[in-house]
Amino acid sequence: MVTYAYPTFPYRAPHDLMVEAPQRLPLVIIGAGPVGLAAAIDARLQGLEVVVFDEDDSVSSGSRAVCYAKRSLEILDRLGVGDGVVAKGVSWNVGRTFLREEEVYRFNLVPDAGHKRPGMINLQQYHLEEALVRRAEALGADLRWKYKVASVTPLEDGARVSLETPDGVFDIEADWLIVADGARSNVRRQLGLDIEGHVFKDRFLIADVVMKTDFPAERWFWFDPPFHPNQSVLLHKQSDNVWRIDFQLGWDADPEEEKKPENILPRVKAMLGDDREFELEWASVYTFQCRRMKQFRHGHLLFAGDAAHQVSPFGARGANSGFQDADDLVWKLALVIKGLAPAALLDTYDVDRVFAADENIRNSTRSTDFITPKSAVSKLFRNAALELARSQPFARKLVNSGRLSVPSFLVNSALNTPDADAFAGDMVPGAPLDDAPVRSNGQEAWLLDQLGHRFVLLAFVDRADAPDGAQAALHAQSAALAAQAIPVRVVWVTANGGAAPAGMATLHDRDGLMALRLDARPGSAYLIRPDQHVAARWRVLDIARLQAALRRATGHELPTVAALRPAIEALIESAPA
Amino acid sequence: MPLQLQPNLAEPGQRYFRDFTPGDDFYEALIETHRDLSDGQSQLLNAKLILVLANQVGDIGALKQALAIARQGV
Repeated sequence: MVTYAYPTFPYRAPHDLMVEAPQRLPLVIIGAGPVGLAAAIDARLQGLEVVVFDEDDSVSSGSRAVCYAKRSLEILDRLGVGDGVVAKGVSWNVGRTFLREEEVYRFNLVPDAGHKRPGMINLQQYHLEEALVRRAEALGADLRWKYKVASVTPLEDGARVSLETPDGVFDIEADWLIVADGARSNVRRQLGLDIEGHVFKDRFLIADVVMKTDFPAERWFWFDPPFHPNQSVLLHKQSDNVWRIDFQLGWDADPEEEKKPENILPRVKAMLGDDREFELEWASVYTFQCRRMKQFRHGHLLFAGDAAHQVSPFGARGANSGFQDADDLVWKLALVIKGLAPAALLDTYDVDRVFAADENIRNSTRSTDFITPKSAVSKLFRNAALELARSQPFARKLVNSGRLSVPSFLVNSALNTPDADAFAGDMVPGAPLDDAPVRSNGQEAWLLDQLGHRFVLLAFVDRADAPDGAQAALHAQSAALAAQAIPVRVVWVTANGGAAPAGMATLHDRDGLMALRLDARPGSAYLIRPDQHVAARWRVLDIARLQAALRRATGHELPTVAALRPAIEALIESAPA
Repeated sequence: MPLQLQPNLAEPGQRYFRDFTPGDDFYEALIETHRDLSDGQSQLLNAKLILVLANQVGDIGALKQALAIARQGV
């Protein structure tokens, strides 16, 4: 490694966790990778005590995940590390796809202006993890390095965890356990939990090379390039002048041979096509699979990230979907731990993130099948689509060199309040809220940065200094809404300005983009969840409907087994004997 | 009627949040239809498919335009 010095995080002896045997902890996270760390930070922001166990004492070895999508950056903004991560990373929006030497297709991840974050940044995973570790520590998360989980025993009301440390072996108990120990999850395997899917019969070489070039910060993807015939190649820029090159090798390649620098260097040289200087920093040969666990919730164990689901790398849907898991999970878990929501709320983590995982698996499987066709006819169609894409717009839509990570629209979530009023656009209940430029207290700002970690009601008003009757009533209720058990922060949104009454949070929709993206007009209101998904919306707000939507969004209206019993019994009766 | 060369795939009644989804839905179904066929069988399937779709298009002018586009560069 030439561009990065790996930190060593200090080991602390477990004596304080061995005062009682076994000591009971409210929340334990297994795995200090990006997903476990994001969950730990979010837990602290929700006011939860959290202990994280990791068997190692440093960050990820190698650049690994690299691509962090706009939605992840928005989550990282909420967690308080967005600025540093984006400053360190390489921002990009444009992807170019080549057939042999000719460009056939180009996409822009964020074609419209008015978003704080770019479509994607590229950043070595170790930089990201280091930023997350610093933030988690600063917030008081208890990170325990060199704590290896020997076994987990599920309990009726928690889990028992056996740990191995340099100072010996001991047990603790946790009320709740987030399992984020990666694709090879020891906990998942030790408990014998199913994970189903399929392995792709292909091998890929990742080479990280350090070089100075003037290539633009774009994603370049080649089908059948002259420097690597009949296979695909992907080029990405990372920070510190490190370039990620991904060569498809085919199933018959020998991973040990391909990993040798003397075999990698000629491939890179052929690609660069000249004698420019470069240095090989890291290389890996990998295969991949697309699979997921049947359920992400097993009682008081909650699986997240690669431990729960895995995808092919085309589309950058691995780490990015892991951040969305943490984003969906932690606010729900906080409500359950604080006794403000039934544990069944966590079943919606399972259902909604399984839905998202299936979408990610479907998209990355399709990309993989296009990039590495598995039959002669599949390859024929792939090449025909690429040929047509040179001149025919319809064929460009079929070219699939990776459908890059975007958040799921959780349209089937049981937490959504179905629309009673008509709205245009995509911000349906379950949608991840679009960002927009706003002015807050006279300062330029971004909508998503104004939301925080709680429920927010965005109430559109004509002029903040001239509220109508309903808006004045909402203003009168806003202090009570902010103070109730599950608080709702009321924020007025005005396109026309005016000074709001004292204490009334107000956003100035300076370019009208909020109103446009949310199809809102004065009187419209959106209830936004702590993870920035739309929970409910109305043309005319009514406090009783708001409270009903809040109850639904926090799992108080989920069908109980008792309510489902007639349907279950009808099914049993109709089943053949 | 001129030949439609802009993206035009969709399932009626289906709501799409991502513009690549309908094309990918079709492409997956197309490749899946060929699963486990020999090359010869796939060729026969493709020929039948073209004849079925040609009848759906109906307009012989549009079909001749499509034939010319398909022939280009082959």
